[in-house]
Parts: sequence; structure tokens; C-alpha cells
Amino acid sequence: MDFLKKSTGHAVVLEEPPSFETSRPGAVGTDLPTLDVPRVEPKSVFKKVRVRKARLPELSEPEVIRHFTRMSTWNYAIDLGIYPLGSCTMKYNPRLNEEIARSGELSEAHPYDPIEWSQGHLRVMWELTEDLKGVTGMPGVSLQPAAGAHGELTGLMLVSAYHKSKGRQRKTILTADTAHGTNPASAALAGFQIVQIATGEDGVIHPEALAAVLNDDVAALMTTNPNTLGIFEKNIQTVANMLHEKDALLYIDGANLNAVLGLSRPGDFGADVIQFNLHKTFSTPHGGGGPGSGPIAVSDKLVPFLPVPRLEKHGEKIVLVDNAPQTIGRVKAFFGNYGMFIRAWCYIRALGGQGLRAVSENAIINANYMRSQLKDVLHMPVNAPTLHEVVFNDRNQRDVNLDTTKMAKRLIDYGMHPMTVHFPLCVKNAIMIEPTETESRSEMDRFVNALKEIIRTPEVEQAPTRVFRERVDETKAARELKLTYKFKD
Amino acid sequence: MSNYPNNLQYTKEHEWIRVEGNTGIVGITAFAIEQLGDVVHLDLPKAGSKFKAGESFGTIESTKTVSDLYMPVAGTVAEVNSALTSAPEDIANDPHGKNWLVKVTLEGTPANLMTADQYTKYIADAANH
Repeated sequence: MDFLKKSTGHAVVLEEPPSFETSRPGAVGTDLPTLDVPRVEPKSVFKKVRVRKARLPELSEPEVIRHFTRMSTWNYAIDLGIYPLGSCTMKYNPRLNEEIARSGELSEAHPYDPIEWSQGHLRVMWELTEDLKGVTGMPGVSLQPAAGAHGELTGLMLVSAYHKSKGRQRKTILTADTAHGTNPASAALAGFQIVQIATGEDGVIHPEALAAVLNDDVAALMTTNPNTLGIFEKNIQTVANMLHEKDALLYIDGANLNAVLGLSRPGDFGADVIQFNLHKTFSTPHGGGGPGSGPIAVSDKLVPFLPVPRLEKHGEKIVLVDNAPQTIGRVKAFFGNYGMFIRAWCYIRALGGQGLRAVSENAIINANYMRSQLKDVLHMPVNAPTLHEVVFNDRNQRDVNLDTTKMAKRLIDYGMHPMTVHFPLCVKNAIMIEPTETESRSEMDRFVNALKEIIRTPEVEQAPTRVFRERVDETKAARELKLTYKFKD
Repeated sequence: MSNYPNNLQYTKEHEWIRVEGNTGIVGITAFAIEQLGDVVHLDLPKAGSKFKAGESFGTIESTKTVSDLYMPVAGTVAEVNSALTSAPEDIANDPHGKNWLVKVTLEGTPANLMTADQYTKYIADAANH
């Protein structure tokens, strides 16, 4: 446990009760001027007026600030250390993106501003669109979808529209067992039935497995490339050809695009539609309630069906075009989440083509460094060359009663976010590590040293014990939800 | 390792079925529950829903994952084990008996299912992966 002592310190962290319990009647954070108009009783204006005052917490400004700041110190973030959640691509978000996106000229734009006034904003969108076409080698892009899963749904709506335009309805979507979990969910939401293809021993889709399930009812195959094992689908060109022979389409989930920028373009191996998760590949912030952004790129076959309005360049002027007879229509109010476009545009422009390629190369090198450091202690169920992430499991630890969950929980005591566990589902008790290109060797070594020490000391039970909130009862938390504050009186 | 009753037939997806006349009683195996860990939610179909053999008829959620439940045989749901849907964690006790999931009116004969011996061998192989 030497590394634990060396790498973590002692700290006092402040407890913070719910703000309902620290509320003091009359405490406020604002100072309103004296009322200088006649007071109007709500009852004289509205038919229904609540008679009991809402029991909202009353606090001063510093009390509010401290309430949230104290709780923020219980949290973990990419700005604090490594966040190697495989499949999630938790890369650092450069501050430059934020600086530019928050500048007044950009952040105060209004979607109802006349188009002549908005040429600069439209140029950002136009250039991002062109860059995304360049990255994928695909001729059509829509920036509208509000998140990756929304991009998937929109892509599948385009697939439906394509088959409908040929006078048929196809009901089946094939997904590989190494596809992202959202793929079958999006396909079900779009009204398709899902048939899963098992990948081979080497972790990739084999033409024979596809041939066994490919028929005239298949609308598309959805898969991720590189897949969730971090393995490049070496048969993808054959897979695309087989699908296209049946006039079925190839949907590539762009969740792992971070591994192939400047190295491989989905358009070149026959993809018909791909969604971009801007928060993964192009360093826009992850979640926290949004807003997200999930643009899509499509092949020639699907261009006629793209959402409207579309951007077009007439001379030097960029215009919005609604007139597209085969369009599926709008999928989002206005133009999508513009603030995310600015950040992605900044990231792409700051790095340039060579820089983006270096992003992927470094993501691959980092993941392979982790692999080389851990391969002697953790079992690798599919031993094939991997790109930006690597999947192990707890097979070597079974005899010492150490499993994936325990290893993940103990990493928390070392002050690190654990890796992804129990995903992908095709690997039992999976341990999935994706450091991303933004981690230095010393930060990766910190993680490796911690994990190795955990494996050397399997007898430690009941982690985490050194963090502010010790191990929570996940089962109870899932069964007995407490979503509102219950007053005691 | 649990004992797998001889009067049940088993699927590769770890469901079991017990046939009593025209009725099939369907549940999931102790092995499946051991793999899932603590079960927190169970989503079962309404009585009257019709399923083909191999079709997904619901989901089971644990703290690790959500898995589909597959119908071992074609049939119409006659009864749902409602005691279990309100306390899904109970499934770990007696999963091959009183904690069945659904009863179906059979519309086909069970085919390509495993006997208890075959299933025991099948999961022993799976555990070595």
C-alpha cells in the first residue's frame, strides 16, 4: 500500500446539509429597491392564487456559493486527474474553446437575427460542416441533432426514408455485439427490430456471420469502428459491399472516431451514415445536463433526405434552404446547439488536419502504453491489435477473490476515476480502459501503479473508505429512490 | 453450483420453461442471476401479449447491466408473477420454483432446448471464458 500513501494526502472535506436545513427566514442574496408603484394583490388579478408560501430555502449569497462549492469538492473531474472511462473518450477540453465560445459576439447571437447580420455565425457552421465532410469523406452533413443518440435516431430516420423512397419498408437493423449500447436502443426507438450478430474469436464481424442473417428485410447494419473492444473492423469493406448488394445501408457509430482522425475515413470503406459525438472527438464539454451535439454525415444515397434548413453558399453569402422535397424535415428547433459548434470549430481550427491526425495517433499510443503496462497482470479475453482503448477482465484475479467491481471501487480510494466496468457485454466482467491522447505518461503511470497495487493486495475489502462518501449501497440506491426533500414537520 | 431441476428445459440465454399441459411456466436460471448480481428492476409484459420463440418479452436490470428476457417457446402470456415485479430482488431465492416470471399458453412445442445435464455442462463451459 506504499503507492496509496505516496500518491494521496489527508484532507478535510466539509459536510454540507441540504439547503432546506440551513435555510434562515428572510435571508436573501439580492437587494431590491423600494416598491415605487402601487402594490397589486395577486388575488385581484388571478383566479387561482396559492395560499401557502412555497418552502424554498432562504440563504444569503455567500451561503449559496459555499453550499455548492463545498459539494463540488466531493466530486471528481477531468480537471483533477485521469478519467479513463473506456468508450466515453473523457479527454481534456481546452480552455481556448470556452474562451471563444463565451465571447459576447458569439454567445449573444439570436437565432431570429436577420441572415445578413448572422453571416459570421453561419460561416462557423458552414466551415464545421465542411470539416466534418473532410474528416469522414462523406458528401452530406447536418449539424441539427442535439446529442449523439439523437444523431443515431436521425440517421435511422434517413435510412427509413431511403427505403420508403424505393417503395418498401424494411424492418430489421443488424447490430454487432461490440456495437455501442445506444445502437439497439436507437433502432428500437426508430421502430426497427434488432438482430444481433456475434463477432468472431478475433473480436470483429465476419462475412459468414453477416451472410447468415442478411436478407431483403435488413434496412441497415449498425456498428462502431473501431468497435468497443478497440479493434478495427478489418472486414468492414466486405461487410459494406455485402450490405449494398442487398441495397441495405451501413451505419457507422462515430463514438470511436477519436481513434481514426486522418487515418481512416468511413466514406472510403462504404459507410452511408455516421453520427459525431462532438463531446468525445471534438472536445466539447461532456454532459452535466447538456447541451450536447450529435451532427451526422451521410453518403450520396442519403443526401436528399437530410433535415432542413440546410446551409448553402451562394457566392460569398451563406443562406438557409428549406426547399428539399424528400427531406425528413426538422429534427431540432433553429439550427442545433450552436455553442457546441463553436467549440468544435475552435478545436478543429486550432489543431488543423495534421494536428487531428496526431490526436488519434496519440490516443492509440496511450491506450497501447496502458495495454503494455497491464497485460502481465490482467487477462485480455480478445488478444488482437487495439487502437484507442483496451479491454481486459478479472479472470486472473478469480482465485484471490478480487473482481472487476472491487478493483474499480478501490481505485476511488487512490483518488482516480475508475475505468468502465461490465461493458462491452460480450466480455464477462469487462475492464475497459481509454486514457485518451490528453493524458501524460506520468498520469497514466499513476493509474497503472494504483491498479497494480490493488491487484497485489486483494485482501482489502469494502473500498472506498478514504473518500468523503464511502461505499454506497448501489442496489438500495436503485430501488429506493429519494428524489424530493421531505420536511420533518 | 446450483442444482438444475430435471423437469425444466433450458435456453442458451439462461431462461427455463416447465411445461404443464398447455401451459408453459417461464423463469430465469440461478446461473443467470449469479451473473447479473443484485437485481433492481424487472420489466414484464402484460397478460395477453403474444410472443414468438426467441423473441424478447421483457428486461431484467441489475446494478451491472440490463438484459433482455427471451421467450423459450411461442405463446401468449396468461399470467405475470406480480409479487416479483414489486420485489424483484426476491428472484434470487428459489428462481427455479416460486419465482417464475410468466405463465404462457403454448402455441408451439418447445424445440432446441437443453436438458438439465446439457445446461449444467453449457454453463460450466461459459464460466471458463
